[in-house]
Amino acid sequence: MTAPPDDCLARNDWLCGAYLSTRQEILLDASLQHLRLTFVSVLIALVLALPLALAARRRHWAGGTVLGVTTILYTIPSLAMFSLLLPLYGLSASLVVAGLVLYSLTLLVRNILAGLRDVPEDARQAARGLGYGPLRTLLTVELPLSLPATVAGVRIATVSAVSLVTIGAIVGYGGLGNLIYAGMNTYFKAQVLTASALCVVIAVAADLVLLLVQRLLTPWTRAGG
Amino acid sequence: MNTLTASWDWLTDAAHWSGPDGVAHRLLEHLYLTGVCLAIACALALPVALVLGHVGRGGALAVNLSNAGRAVPTFAVLVLLLLSPIGTWGSWPTVIALVLFAVPPVLTNAYTAMRGVDRDVVRAGRGMGMTGWQLLSRVELPLALPLILTGVRIAAVQLVATATVAALAGGGGLGRIITAGFNLASTPQVVAGAVLVAVLALLVEAVFVLALRPALRAVGPGRAG
Repeated sequence: MTAPPDDCLARNDWLCGAYLSTRQEILLDASLQHLRLTFVSVLIALVLALPLALAARRRHWAGGTVLGVTTILYTIPSLAMFSLLLPLYGLSASLVVAGLVLYSLTLLVRNILAGLRDVPEDARQAARGLGYGPLRTLLTVELPLSLPATVAGVRIATVSAVSLVTIGAIVGYGGLGNLIYAGMNTYFKAQVLTASALCVVIAVAADLVLLLVQRLLTPWTRAGG
Repeated sequence: MNTLTASWDWLTDAAHWSGPDGVAHRLLEHLYLTGVCLAIACALALPVALVLGHVGRGGALAVNLSNAGRAVPTFAVLVLLLLSPIGTWGSWPTVIALVLFAVPPVLTNAYTAMRGVDRDVVRAGRGMGMTGWQLLSRVELPLALPLILTGVRIAAVQLVATATVAALAGGGGLGRIITAGFNLASTPQVVAGAVLVAVLALLVEAVFVLALRPALRAVGPGRAG
């Protein structure tokens, strides 16, 4: 720490403007990897969760099985989850995505199920009275009405995923977690603090964007306040 | 399948169970950390939640705390504490991080539980001349107990997971078996450690569910989950 240029990098300060300006590219790359991992995971989980929730609703035994298995998956700590998937995926981004998908599934299946169960029976009967078949009722009545609960699940899953991606640093695919991990080993305070702060910013921003999406998708919920 | 048999061999090798890096010692470390931090978190969060819930204030705090707990990555907090002056105080960074992440579920659930107590019952108690303390200890607390204990259960499982992540930042516990496995590039050890952590998390969850069942039944149907 006796380097001649007495800037904040040499002093290893927590806050460092020079760090931000000289490491822009690294920060951008890490943030983009973070966003990609989160987005892909939640998207795959959503695609898987919908049929699972529909199956769970249709058959009683399927409901118990789906909820039981996803609850068990959710209980497994993240570091262990990534490690258990290691023989299947090796040291790859797919490993992190697979782990995150399994976590998001629990939150999404539960919320979609709760949303579908809360669809008023009147709305269903009105659809039937209009001559809607089961598929049309599902697509035009039940799914739109369950959107608030679904989006609530997507928001929780996304925020959790942003936080959990950092653990992916153990296999080298942790987005900003990589910077935190490297910063810990080299005692680089500015890097750890900046990467941590960016994680929180991404989580909050993603949450707000999803909230906005929900308001745009469900204009009828605003009428009642 | 080779990895599975190799992991099984790793787990059944007596040499891996003894010594300071052995499974037995790491397991005790893990349980000790989890237990101590759960006690500290409850001691901090429960009085605050009970009082706030009793007087009906601070709802925003309870909700925001739990959201913030989800958005802030555990790993980032651990590394930040490690690089701060606290980092030199032995296992304190781990303990502080663990307590920070165990407080939100305990506090939020206990607060929600207190507010969820039927207002008519509270009014009836007040009409009978009960003091604030009597209302809290004889009416609200017993009725809120199921949901309060659910919060404690969630915190316990969360602690097992966080204690695992602590190994990434040099803390003790079963996570060390996983990180050591990664350092040795030994997939069997990584998987064996992950299995141990996963089983421990599921056991803690199961023990809480089974231990709390009689308590919950005594109070009557409460909301769980």
